[in-house]
Formats: sequence, C-alpha cells, structure tokens
Amino acid sequence: MTRPAAPVLLENLTVCHERRPAVHHLSGAFAPGSLTAIVGPNGAGKTTLLRAIAGLHKPQEGRIRTADRVALLPQASMLDRGFPISCLDAVMLGLWRQSGPFRAVAPAGRAQAEAALEAVGLRGFQKRPVGSLSAGQFQRVLFARLLVQDAPVILLDEPFNALDARTAAEMLALVKAWHGEGRTVAAVLHDLDLVERDFPQTLLLARDPIGWGPTAEVLTAANRLRARRMAEGWAEDAADCDMDQAA
Amino acid sequence: MRRALVGCLAVSLAAPPLGVFLMLRRMSLTADVLGHGILPGIAAGFLLAGLSVPAMALGGVLAGLVVALGAGALSRATGGREDAALAALYLCALALGVVMVAMGGGTAELTQLLFGSALGVDDAALLLMAATATLSLGVMAFAWRPLVLECFDPSFARAVGAWGGGWHMVFLALVVLNLLAAFQALGTLMGVGLMMLPAVAARHWSRDVGGMVYAAVALAVVASFGGLLLSFHADLPSGPAVVLVAGLGWVVSLLFGPVEGVTARLRRRHLAG
Repeated sequence: MTRPAAPVLLENLTVCHERRPAVHHLSGAFAPGSLTAIVGPNGAGKTTLLRAIAGLHKPQEGRIRTADRVALLPQASMLDRGFPISCLDAVMLGLWRQSGPFRAVAPAGRAQAEAALEAVGLRGFQKRPVGSLSAGQFQRVLFARLLVQDAPVILLDEPFNALDARTAAEMLALVKAWHGEGRTVAAVLHDLDLVERDFPQTLLLARDPIGWGPTAEVLTAANRLRARRMAEGWAEDAADCDMDQAA
Repeated sequence: MRRALVGCLAVSLAAPPLGVFLMLRRMSLTADVLGHGILPGIAAGFLLAGLSVPAMALGGVLAGLVVALGAGALSRATGGREDAALAALYLCALALGVVMVAMGGGTAELTQLLFGSALGVDDAALLLMAATATLSLGVMAFAWRPLVLECFDPSFARAVGAWGGGWHMVFLALVVLNLLAAFQALGTLMGVGLMMLPAVAARHWSRDVGGMVYAAVALAVVASFGGLLLSFHADLPSGPAVVLVAGLGWVVSLLFGPVEGVTARLRRRHLAG
C-alpha cells in the first residue's frame, strides 16, 4: 500500500450550493496519517466538504491541494440499494484504477476483492445481489470496496449510521487499522462519545469552521454552543459575503 | 413484410438492453420523451423531402439529440425531480410533430409515422435498423462496465475519473438511434414499446443485469415475431400489434415471473433455518 505523500491542504475553501455557501472560507490541513472526525450540526457542510475533496464539487473559491489518491465512502442513502449487481462485482468496481473501463479484472484483482469481502465479514456473499442485503451488510460491501481501492487518503461520510453495535464496532476496527497503516482518514460523525474516544483530531464545522485540532481542545462546551447557535442563526435572506469582495 | 421482420429482430437485439439500463436508472420516462422528441425532426424531414428515410432519419437524430441534451439539463436543473418538466416537454414535442406532419400530408402519412407500417420498411430503412443494432451491441459490449458503474454509483464513477457523463451521453445517443431505427416499422409512438416493455418485464425473470438483458431480448424477439404476424393476418398497424404482444409478455412476466411475480409471491414459503 502507498502511504500518503502529503497533507490534504484546504486554502480559503468555499463550496456553494446555488450560491449559498455550504463550506465557508475554510483553511487548514489534514496531516498525513491523521485520523480526523468532522462534526457539526445538520447542514453544516460536512458532506459537501468531503465531496469537494473527492473532486465531486468544484470550489467556488480557494482550493484543495492533495498529492494523493482519495477514496470516498458515500452516505449509504445516496446509492440505489436495489441495483441488480452482485456483492463481488460491486467490490471489484473498486479496482477501476487497475481495470479501467474495458480491461478484464485480473485473477489477482478478483482474489483481492474476495479477500476484502472476507475481511468485512461477508464470506460466501460473492454472488449475492446487493439488493438482498441488510443496511449493515450493504455498508460492509462499501467498506470492502474501499479496502480494494487501497487509497492513501480515505474519506467516510457517516460511516456508522444505521449500523447495529457489532457492525459499527467491526467497521470502526477497519478505520483504526487504516489509521495504523499510516493512511489519512477523515470521517463525518454525529456520535460525539465515539469521537472523543477514538478520533485524535476533530474539525468542528458549522458552515464556518469553529475549531480544528486535537479533539479535546476542539470539542469544548463553548465551541459546541457556538456551533449550535450558528446552526440556528442562519439567515434565509443573507446578503453577499463581504469577505468575498475583500478577497 | 420480410424486411420488417428482419428489421424488427435487429431492433429487438439492441433496444431492450438499452431499455434495461434506462429502467435501472429510473429513466423510463426519458425514453418516452425521446421517442416523442424525435417526431418533430422526422416531420421536418418529411415536410422537406417526403417519406424519404435519410431525410427523416437525419431530422430525427438531430431532434433526438437536442431533446436528450435538454432532458439532461432539466434533470440537473431540477436535481433529479424532472418528471413533470419531462412530461411537459414530450407533450409539446408530440403536438408539434403531429401539426407539422398534418401540414405536409394526410391522415395516412400521420398514421404511418406515429404507428408504423410493416410495408413501409424499404431497403434504406432496413439498412438503418441493421446498422443501428450492430453499432449499439458493439458499443454496449465495449462499454458495459462504465455503463453499469454509471448506473449503480454515479458519484463513484466521477470520483475515480470514469468519464461518467460522457458515457451517459453516448448511451442517450444510442437510445435516440434505436428509437429512430424502430420508427419505420413501429412508428414513433410505439417504437419505445419494444425498448421498454421487454425491459420492464425482464425484471421479473432475473436478479442481475446480464440476465435481465437476455430475458428482455428474448421477450422482444417473441413480441416482434408475434406482433408482425398478428399485424399481417389481422390487418392491424404493426407498431401497436408488436407493442400489444410485448405488453402481453409483461403481464405474463408480472404474474408468473420468478422474481417478485404475483404467483411467486403467493406461493413462497420461507426457507427452513
């Protein structure tokens, strides 16, 4: 596996949905090999931030600098879970970098995908259509695809939502293993106890960045209150941002 | 009549797989829109050059591509909730097409363009059908993986740089071509039927994309044979006859298909253990 060569740098990043900023003037860095929780109220721009780093949204302003390949675990609700594809085929799509659109998947790649299914606890599920899986099993398939992608930078969007305790614990173990291998990992999370226990770094986002650093320093009562205030105080008829004009 | 049969079989090989992908992408309505959208183009060709296949085909392709691009733009502008706008679009296209044909000809031509005429399939039309089928099957075999990925997880496709949007446009262009190939034999209103009905029915026969494609092609072949025979012997317009047989296939699939068919549901007992 390849270790991340460089941090993921955000420079004055603003990403918009229909002119309304979802991420607002965010600067900072995910250090190589760091394990960061991204927390904040609903609508704080957490998903948008991950998708922008993965190259799915264009920044309105500022930029993202990454030297490494990025893999994203999407929110499960963004996928069609009834799609007629087998578990093994779904996982093998993670080999896109090697197989490309046309080449056959090499036996080694197939073995890799089977090993990944086994690693997420889905041994014997190769031929099962993903439509027949429970929400937890489907999430395991997506984790297997991430394993196969073998990216130095891994972004997870609400990876443990709607999972039972055992599945969540097993997937968390995978995340920690990635961290142990020196990959850069960032996860959008809502469970603050989990964040305090297992995630060394935290980015608290409420559209504007509230805090970014060691978890204990960021998740203070004062910061949490500020994030909640900002979430409640968003104006529906906001004027153009004057920071934009200054920039 | 023999030409119509060969042509319909060619279309039966190529159009239903496209229909399966349309269905999986929840774009069944888009096929309808494209089917109606090519009518004004065909009508323009008809106005300029009469019932000439090259002229009508060219007009149809141009109109179809415009509508495909327009539907894509509508989809992006409405964030995937485009069905109302699409319904509006295809009603307008249909009305415009009918008015244009009526301006240049009579009821006979209108019926032929809307509902098809097995006897209207000349060598040029047959060539168009065969060429379209060959091209479509080639492209689908070539681009199977990107098409599946684009359907299953478009964001992932973009994130790994799989040129997702590009494949989607290629795919829509193939849909337009196939609708156009079908229209001589089946008519613009009914051509969609040979694409979508077997695809929808195939859902009840298989749980994976490949199986659905085989089932859809088989159903389309049967519908083409049966429909054209029915049309020939009972003197019916060929398009509705083929589509009716395909519709019968859908009802049978819905009732007796092993995957979520009605009787399969009634009979099913849970497994032991």
